[in-house]
This record gives sequence, C-alpha cells and structure tokens, in this order.
Amino acid sequence: MHEVGIMESAIEAVLAEARGHDATRVHNIVLRVGALSGVEPDALRLAFDAAVKDTPAAGSGLEIESVPARGRCPDCDLEFDVDSDFIFTCPKCARISGELVQGRELELARIEMS
Amino acid sequence: MTPPLQAPPAPSGARATRTVELRLSLLEGNDRQAVANRRRFRELGMVALNLVSSPGSGKTTLLERTLSEFGAATRCAAVVGDLATDNDARRLGRSRAPVAQITTGSACHLDAGMVSRAVDGLDLAGARILFIENVGNLVCPASFDLGEKVRVVLLSAAEGEDKPLKYPPIFKSAHVVLLTKIDVAGVLGFDLDAAAENVRRIAPQARLIRLSARTGEGIKEWYDLLAALVTKGEG
Repeated sequence: MHEVGIMESAIEAVLAEARGHDATRVHNIVLRVGALSGVEPDALRLAFDAAVKDTPAAGSGLEIESVPARGRCPDCDLEFDVDSDFIFTCPKCARISGELVQGRELELARIEMS
Repeated sequence: MTPPLQAPPAPSGARATRTVELRLSLLEGNDRQAVANRRRFRELGMVALNLVSSPGSGKTTLLERTLSEFGAATRCAAVVGDLATDNDARRLGRSRAPVAQITTGSACHLDAGMVSRAVDGLDLAGARILFIENVGNLVCPASFDLGEKVRVVLLSAAEGEDKPLKYPPIFKSAHVVLLTKIDVAGVLGFDLDAAAENVRRIAPQARLIRLSARTGEGIKEWYDLLAALVTKGEG
C-alpha cells in the first residue's frame, strides 16, 4: 500500500500550488496514472479522503485519468497500443519489444481552485 | 503572516474558479533524491544495483555468496531493507563488506531517501559495487527509483513460472532477471524454460541468468556481469 504515501505527497503538492495561487479552496484534483506505473487507482481513491481531511482540499473531487501502455517496435519503429497482458508484440512484424513509450505516468495533471 | 489558505473568503464574494495545469510527478521528492544518489554513487566510482523480488526468492543467500567470492577481489558494500530485524545485515556482515540494515517499519519498499541515509553510515572507500537489497515485494518497489544503475529482479524456482506475466511493472523495469534456486527446480516441478520464455515475453530488454547460489551453478555468469559493470563504470 505505497498509495497512501503517494497520495499524501500529491496533496502536499496540491496545497502548495493552491497557496502559490492565493486560492482558499480546492474543488477538483486530476491525476494521470499509467497502466504500468505500479500504482493502483482504487487504492489511491481509498487514500484520498484521509489525505485531504481538514485541509482546504477537503470535499474536493478526485479524477484519475488512466494512461494506457504503448510500446515501440525496435525493428520497424511502429508505436502501438498494448493489450492488458502487457506483452509488447508489434502488430506489424510480431517482434516482442521492451520499449515503452507511455504507461509509467504518475502525475498531478491539474487542479481546480478558487 | 497568516497563510492565504486560512484566510476568509474575499469580501467581494466568491472568487472565480481557476484550473491550473501542472504535470508534476507524484514521486518528485523521491525522484530528486534518486538523481542525487546516482550522482553520488558515480562520484564514488561505484555501481549501484537494486535487487527486487518476492520474499524468499534468495536475495540474501545470493548476496552472501557474492560478497564472500566476488567481493574478495572487488570491494563491495550492501544495504538491506526489511520491515523488521537486522538478521540480513548480520548474515551479510560475516563477509568483510560494509553492510547497513534499513528497517522500514511498515513500509513495503525502500525509497531513495532511506538509501541515502543508510549509505551515510557506511565506509565506502574503494567500494566499486553497492548492492541494495529491497524489501521482498514485487509491487511497490517498481515505482521507486533508488538511484541504481541496474535493477535486478529475482524469480526463484520455488515460485510460479508465470510470475512475470502476473507482475508486469516490475519485470518491465528490470535490466537483469535472475532465475534462482535452479538446483531445486526439478524437485519442485518448476519448468525453467517456461519461466525463461515468460521473462522474454514481458521483459525482452532484460539479461537473463539462471543460477543457484547454493551449488554455484551459473554464478560465474553473474560475477562476469558484475565485473563488466565495474569496468564500464570506470570508463
């Protein structure tokens, strides 16, 4: 359950941004989480309420945008979406690739505040 | 000064809602420390390896043998992470290598700050390799860069051949995969070739070595890899 610590640091970053923008309330928080980030969106949601409690982000919404995994073929350079089995098989030449172009994201994308 | 967050709403009424685009890494603090660790290790002329696996896959046994054999000619150091006890540090401390134990309490992984603090207490003079033995866990350590140059994932013959298929993030992040305990594969009905094929499908980028730290089978290939890393680290 490393999601608790990750969510706590996300909220710290949110509150620092809010202060920097002279905001008093955070209404919505949007995270981007890659399919291969090693972080479970449901566990982040569970950690969220405790992390925002008694802060200006209490009552804020939480949106988690999933970022699907994409691979690149080292032979033909094609970029392609990856199935949920995460085996990066090039649809053109069937080569199994270890190159990841997208899917490890773990980001605070944007916040809405006033 | 009262922080603006605590201030009452402006007398003019509700403020306009704004959306701010950020794209900040949620692991920024860890990632920054990992970059600092990597620089420090490089300046010390030391290659760091992060060893990750399920509990019981043989990380400590492999390190015991590595520190006493490979470490006899090439000075190595180790930091080992567990939730509790210093058993592993005591086992590894029988070699003459500098060893530090990190006890994480309830944390399921090491982070870059823990490694930095543990390394502060070690005499690293002349050390060419730092082994970081992570907490036994195939999930959480995948997300945390410790500043290592090489990530080594172990899969033992006492586990299922399909572990790589079940835990893609960690295997995808591996530079090296070690199939360990191959001496008991037959007894356990573990199909080494099937496991190797699963590693190749999920982690084609990883160098795969089959070994037994108990019998020594395959261990030379591991030492050759370490020697090559040390030589490359000099260049």
